[in-house]
Amino acid sequence: MTREEILSALDEVQAMLIAAEMQQTREAVEQARNEIFGRKNGRLTQLSKLLASLQPEDRKIVGARLNSLKVEGEGKLEAKLQQFGQETVAPALDLTMPARRQWKGGRHPVTVVIDEIEEIFRELGFTIALGPEAETDWYNFGALNFPSDHPAMDMHDTLYLSDGVLLRTHTSPVQIRTLQSYAPPIRILAPGNVYRRDFFDASHAPMFSQIEGLSVDEGISFVDLKATLTQFANRFFGKTKTRFRPSYFPFTEPSAEMDVECQICHGSGCASCKNTGWMEILGSGMVHPNVLTAAGVDSERYTGWAFGMGPARIAMQRYQLPDIRLMYDSDMRFLEQVAQ
Amino acid sequence: MNASYQWLKDFVDIELSPSALAEVLTMRCATVDEVVALRNDLSDIVIGRVIEAGRHPNSDHLWVTKVDAGKGVLHDVVCGAPNVTVGILYPFAPVGATLPGGLKIEKRKIRGEVSEGMLCSARELGLGTDHQGILALDVQASPGDRFLDVMPVGDTRIVIDVLPNRPDLLSHEGLAREIAAATGRQLHRPHHPPATLHKSPEVKDVPTIDVTVEDTDGCPRYMTAIVRGVKVGPSPDWIASRIEAAGARSISNIVDVTNYMLHGFGQPMHAFDLRKIEGEKIIVRRARAGEKITTLDGVDRVLDDSMMVIADAHHATAIAGVIGGKGSEVTDETTDILLEVAAFNPQRVRATRRKLGISTDASYRFERGVDQAAIPDLLNYAVELITRVAGGVVPGDPTDTHEPYTPPGAIRLRISRVERLLGEKIGADEIEKYLTSIGFVVNRDLDSDQLLVTPPSFRADVVAEAEVIEEIARLHGYENVSSEIRAFRPGTVPDAPMHILSRRVRERLIALGLLESRPMPFVRTGDDSHRVRNPLAEDEAYLRTSVIDTLGRRAEYNFAHMQRNVRLFEIGTVFTAARNPDTGAPAERIHAAAVIAGDRRPRHFTEPQPPHFDEWDAKALAEAIVDAAWPGAAVSLDASVGEVLWNVSVNGNAVGTVTRVSVDAPVWASPVYGVEIDLDAIPFVTATRGYRAIPNMPAMEVDLALIVPNAITSDQVASSIRGSAGDLLESLEVFDEFKGKGIPEDTRSLAWRLTFRHPERTLRDREIQGRTAKILSTLEAALGVKQRSS
Repeated sequence: MTREEILSALDEVQAMLIAAEMQQTREAVEQARNEIFGRKNGRLTQLSKLLASLQPEDRKIVGARLNSLKVEGEGKLEAKLQQFGQETVAPALDLTMPARRQWKGGRHPVTVVIDEIEEIFRELGFTIALGPEAETDWYNFGALNFPSDHPAMDMHDTLYLSDGVLLRTHTSPVQIRTLQSYAPPIRILAPGNVYRRDFFDASHAPMFSQIEGLSVDEGISFVDLKATLTQFANRFFGKTKTRFRPSYFPFTEPSAEMDVECQICHGSGCASCKNTGWMEILGSGMVHPNVLTAAGVDSERYTGWAFGMGPARIAMQRYQLPDIRLMYDSDMRFLEQVAQ
Repeated sequence: MNASYQWLKDFVDIELSPSALAEVLTMRCATVDEVVALRNDLSDIVIGRVIEAGRHPNSDHLWVTKVDAGKGVLHDVVCGAPNVTVGILYPFAPVGATLPGGLKIEKRKIRGEVSEGMLCSARELGLGTDHQGILALDVQASPGDRFLDVMPVGDTRIVIDVLPNRPDLLSHEGLAREIAAATGRQLHRPHHPPATLHKSPEVKDVPTIDVTVEDTDGCPRYMTAIVRGVKVGPSPDWIASRIEAAGARSISNIVDVTNYMLHGFGQPMHAFDLRKIEGEKIIVRRARAGEKITTLDGVDRVLDDSMMVIADAHHATAIAGVIGGKGSEVTDETTDILLEVAAFNPQRVRATRRKLGISTDASYRFERGVDQAAIPDLLNYAVELITRVAGGVVPGDPTDTHEPYTPPGAIRLRISRVERLLGEKIGADEIEKYLTSIGFVVNRDLDSDQLLVTPPSFRADVVAEAEVIEEIARLHGYENVSSEIRAFRPGTVPDAPMHILSRRVRERLIALGLLESRPMPFVRTGDDSHRVRNPLAEDEAYLRTSVIDTLGRRAEYNFAHMQRNVRLFEIGTVFTAARNPDTGAPAERIHAAAVIAGDRRPRHFTEPQPPHFDEWDAKALAEAIVDAAWPGAAVSLDASVGEVLWNVSVNGNAVGTVTRVSVDAPVWASPVYGVEIDLDAIPFVTATRGYRAIPNMPAMEVDLALIVPNAITSDQVASSIRGSAGDLLESLEVFDEFKGKGIPEDTRSLAWRLTFRHPERTLRDREIQGRTAKILSTLEAALGVKQRSS
């Protein structure tokens, strides 16, 4: 090669160096370095072998150029590689690793249902009343117009503590206690535990929660009962069909059971609604005048309605629980799923 | 109550299908639980017409026929019946059908000829014993019609949930009355019994029975009739099928008539074998203590004197209102019977059947009350049926022993009250129509607002205006009452403070990562005052006195299911040793409690082994519960001994404990810590502590490392520092504890950070140095606490 040819080849090497410096990865820089400075086949190595064939003065000029390219170029690429080296000292964060979570707390599903019910009734003007779980016969039955020693009592198989003292079988005694303590207008909601002498199995529990509602004032009628409970159903379940059908509770007259459209089959009939298309939600009725009288309220002046429902049953349906005992076991795996 | 659809039709014309009828009953009367098609085993059978019939080429007794079973296809059917006739309709089981008993019809060859189905005999369909030939049908029907749709063999059982106030619905007649009222039809009885019995006084040699009712409290009405010369045998189909559809078993014509009357008219009856009644006497009396009787179910029973028996001169022959005695049972040999139709005291029957632990169709009706006024009529009815199905003659008048009977009185009904209660105006005409349709008598001869309403004798549940209004409402139809929202007044009752308090605590504990538990509040042991008198099981015979008790068991439950991380809380009732002065019941208090065990945080790759919950976490929970219940209260936790780590008090009042909970735990489980706070001991306070100005002057911090003798608590050190630091000390915290190397025996090093601040100016070093020196000298003098030399 002539001197000119070698010099122009060195210009190309310079271009290669500039390109190499712009490479973004260590591998690309290393490959370019090898192409230029490689001990055997590097472009500059090969060109330096041609120096010997040149005239001494040409060799001086070409040699100087070649040397400066080699020293500067190698330095620059080494620095470039150093940069890469520094970046890889701390490996990039693996952002797919899991978050550092805290334990999650939550309300029991029955509390969740009670809270939702409470929230709706609060907006309808109700406040919360409570009463004792150990009650007298009179508050639990007598004042509520239960005929003594009557088959009506069979619906309330009772756990007794002593003569005349029992574990309340429903939250209705709170009706009496409230009516005794406050003057109408009364609009209360009474959530609480109630007890029945039922063996603990997949669908029965000797203790469960109930919510009572009571509205007493002048001019309260069955229309108010229907309106309020229909309103409740539509807000609790979303727009839904409801129906009221005759029932019997000693403490209400007339008595009505409220059903909502089965939330599982939407009325077409399924195993969970026993093919009726309806789901029994609550019992209700106009407060019997004997109850008002027993609680010291003028039953001619005041009328009222009441209802009672079981939040656990609603929770059972909501979570499709096969066994009510899951609600009581307090298994962490269950609560972590459903508590909120 | 099991009602037969066909039987109901004997009483009232019903054009509704069973399911539509169920709907009407549910909406107007009593809830139908279930509609069950009986003889559903015949649902595959259709009507077939024989079009051709010829001899089978390879048999001398078989026929080869072509059967039209609808759908325009003729089926080749081989048949062995001698009576197969062209043009006649027969029940036909096509290929794929299943016969009662389970035989599935398949296409097959019979002696070389294809047969695609089967023409059926009565016996093959379970409709009788006739197997002489196939069942020729004389009905208006077309080939292909479902057999059940055209033949009256199918029935539907309607299962009705009759509530305890309506014993009148425990009979077909009673239900039919409601159906008639709801559908605007007339109620009628299938047969018309005579007003008086057809007596045959010429019959001689009849034992006369002397009936005495001694126990008039237990038996307000007792009637008997004698039928002589009956022939006991199977019932005719029309009685057997009726009572079987109602769920009873056909036994014999005599017994079946009594069951027919029970299910048909709601009146239990009992037939005695007259020849087995000794001494020609029936005495209705209290049982003698220890008196024995073998009842119809073959059980020997011992009675007591609260019970009532039907006795002859020598023995009890039946337990009144509950079950008959084996000794006087009607058998195939019986020729003369004594029929008893009575009303027994509901409470007495109820008490007896509960004591004996048996419930019968009879006791079920007696304890709900039967219609005394209907007894003579139904007795005649039953005797008439007996003579019809079993023959026999009636030698004399029935006996009738009864207390004075007061029919239900008239009730004053105000039309304005109906409107006030229902919220809708219902006119007097409409009210009268509703009430008379179910047998009430309405007298409108009063002023324009009032009606005099007399309930029928079978409606003892209607005693006052309120019950009459319910009758009007349900017959009007609840769905026909408006559900418009009307103005209401908000109530006067304030929220129960405990409800608010509980909610605050619940929210705090949830925020701290705990899960709410709602377990059973019963425990295995306790003192007598907490014992349930009639517990379901001995391991849940007592009411709890602490929530931790219950939660400890829940922790064990989780350990048993290999769950080592437990964080549970409950806000629930405990029953204390005190008495509620109002009720005499154990006084109740609401407690908030929590248990924690296992990992303090979920495992994370940055912390593969999180620390376990320890006593400091439990201590924090106690503070958190109190703080949530009573924001700003001064809570103090005083160290205790044994399982109780700290006693918690608020403003000097004890409110709870922090404990190391002893549980039955596997070796791998970490310790369980518990907190229990009595929320009833905390006053309901809405105001929180006031705002303190946020300082804008800089603070000065001093760290002191102190060598503290082991006998000195951090509380002692803190109060000494507070006592000597002066009022510029803003806060004090211990931030490190160290024992071991470099620290003298029997001491530990506690590092404290003291933050000083002046509200109005910057503090100077000198001021703080002086205070620090004073603090240190006081500590050393009072507690022997020295600064750690560095």
